Amino acid sequence: MRLLALDTATDGCSCALYNQGQISALAERTPRGHSDLILPMIDRLLRDAQLKPTDLTALVFGQGPGSFTGLRIACGVTQGIAFAADLPVIPISDLAAMAQAAYRLHHARNVLVALDARMNQIYWGVYQADDAGLMQKVQAEQVINPESVIYPSGEWTAVGNGWAVYPHTHTMPTLSAVYPLAQDMLTLALPLAHNPPCTAARCRPVYLRDQVVQSPQAK
Amino acid sequence: MLVLGIETSCDETGVALYDEQQGLLGHQLYSQVALHAQYGGVVPELASRDHVRKLIPLLEQLLQQCDKQRADIDAVAYTQGPGLIGALLVGAAVGRSLAWALGVPAMGIHHMEGHLLAPMLDNPLDFPFVALLVSGGHTQLMQVNALADYQLLGESIDDAAGEAFDKTAKLLGLGYPGGAVLAKLAQQGQPERYHFPRPMTRHAGLNFSFSGLKTFALTTWQNSAQDAQTRADIACAFEQAVVDTLVLKCQRAMQQTQLKRLVIAGGVSANLQLRQKLTFAAARWGGQVYYPRLEFCTDNGAMIAYAGFLRLKRGEFDPDLRFNARPRWSLS
Repeated sequence: MRLLALDTATDGCSCALYNQGQISALAERTPRGHSDLILPMIDRLLRDAQLKPTDLTALVFGQGPGSFTGLRIACGVTQGIAFAADLPVIPISDLAAMAQAAYRLHHARNVLVALDARMNQIYWGVYQADDAGLMQKVQAEQVINPESVIYPSGEWTAVGNGWAVYPHTHTMPTLSAVYPLAQDMLTLALPLAHNPPCTAARCRPVYLRDQVVQSPQAK
Repeated sequence: MLVLGIETSCDETGVALYDEQQGLLGHQLYSQVALHAQYGGVVPELASRDHVRKLIPLLEQLLQQCDKQRADIDAVAYTQGPGLIGALLVGAAVGRSLAWALGVPAMGIHHMEGHLLAPMLDNPLDFPFVALLVSGGHTQLMQVNALADYQLLGESIDDAAGEAFDKTAKLLGLGYPGGAVLAKLAQQGQPERYHFPRPMTRHAGLNFSFSGLKTFALTTWQNSAQDAQTRADIACAFEQAVVDTLVLKCQRAMQQTQLKRLVIAGGVSANLQLRQKLTFAAARWGGQVYYPRLEFCTDNGAMIAYAGFLRLKRGEFDPDLRFNARPRWSLS
């Protein structure tokens, strides 16, 4: 089993390789340099492992939510490689990857993810770790006004830069600096790798914000 | 050498395969025009999103159409600019990574170079020549000395000719994009009823200005009975003014450069009035006019595959694995 994961949804730009049990990963922080960094990073990972794209079992990519342009870079690069090397694809939510990072770093099992969506909104996800330590979605992800969030009862850890941008009154452990990483996507993708759900042609970013233009009727 | 071309600079997704021996093997195009029509113009974010949905299915159809395998592709050419940055990035990301995964060279192509070479997809054409690039985004006269040796002779200082067509059509209530509808309606117009100015024709030089014509059309329309015949008459007068201006500037460019061959490319090069008048004018200066076939006047992948083929043949290719879009990029 060999999986290559990549993500460019946020200021993070990362890729990771699962090579028959061994994991290698690269990550950078960049506001705008994703298209300069991502392919050279992927190339380095595969070269170091002496692998060709066709040696891979499947590709994994961060499908969003996040920066629209960033999502299309990850999706486009995934599509290009998947098409060329005839590989199936496993899309992974960026919010799930952030929750998974909180589990990996802090053993947080109940996680509220808030990623800054600009325009006074957040991308909002509620995740809980299952018995295998894999983050599972508790409710559908959404783009939402911070004041409209309904907090679930119980003990939760808050994750993501949305908590820093829009301060909240609830007292809970807050990990603002956690961002999505390709290596956490590998963790989430591994159980799906025997039956990858997607193909190059069907790859899509999940923007969550789908109302991007005023409808002509509303004008 | 088999070159895959990818075009995503605006609201058409285009792909094509060009073979060194056999020429163009096939092409596929998806136009988003219906998506944007309801908004009265191209919405960049929606354009980017649609390219992501359409590009890979088009590539799959293309390989099937040409009976080729992925591994047969020897190089990838993608439009790097100018155009909408988000739309360009989709083609660049897919094109550059596809080439990397195949282990073949990639090449970022200038969209307008694709347009001006498009006539060569069907007919041989020798350098040097003058090219009139007329589309919704550009109106430029270019001296083409050789591949990659271009000299800008003149360009529009405001609206592109195609943009003026579409905007005037909108003002006349012909919908969006209505340039072609306007040209069709103009056929029913009485040519003598209105006379529109020929902007900047009294100036020396080869620059254009079309935004005033749009205003002139609107004022004429507002001061009219606004009946069907008047609409056609205004369409006719507007088209004549644009076409005459383009023809006159082309003629000046031919005189100035002392060249004999003129290439017309871009969406407006499909305009029949323009073609007729230019062919007639070219006979006067003893020259020859070249057009792309109609389907390659507008944006397409074939012209990018061909321009990529010529560039790669010269030994040019992207030097590393970075890719980027160049939304504003001068050809000359």
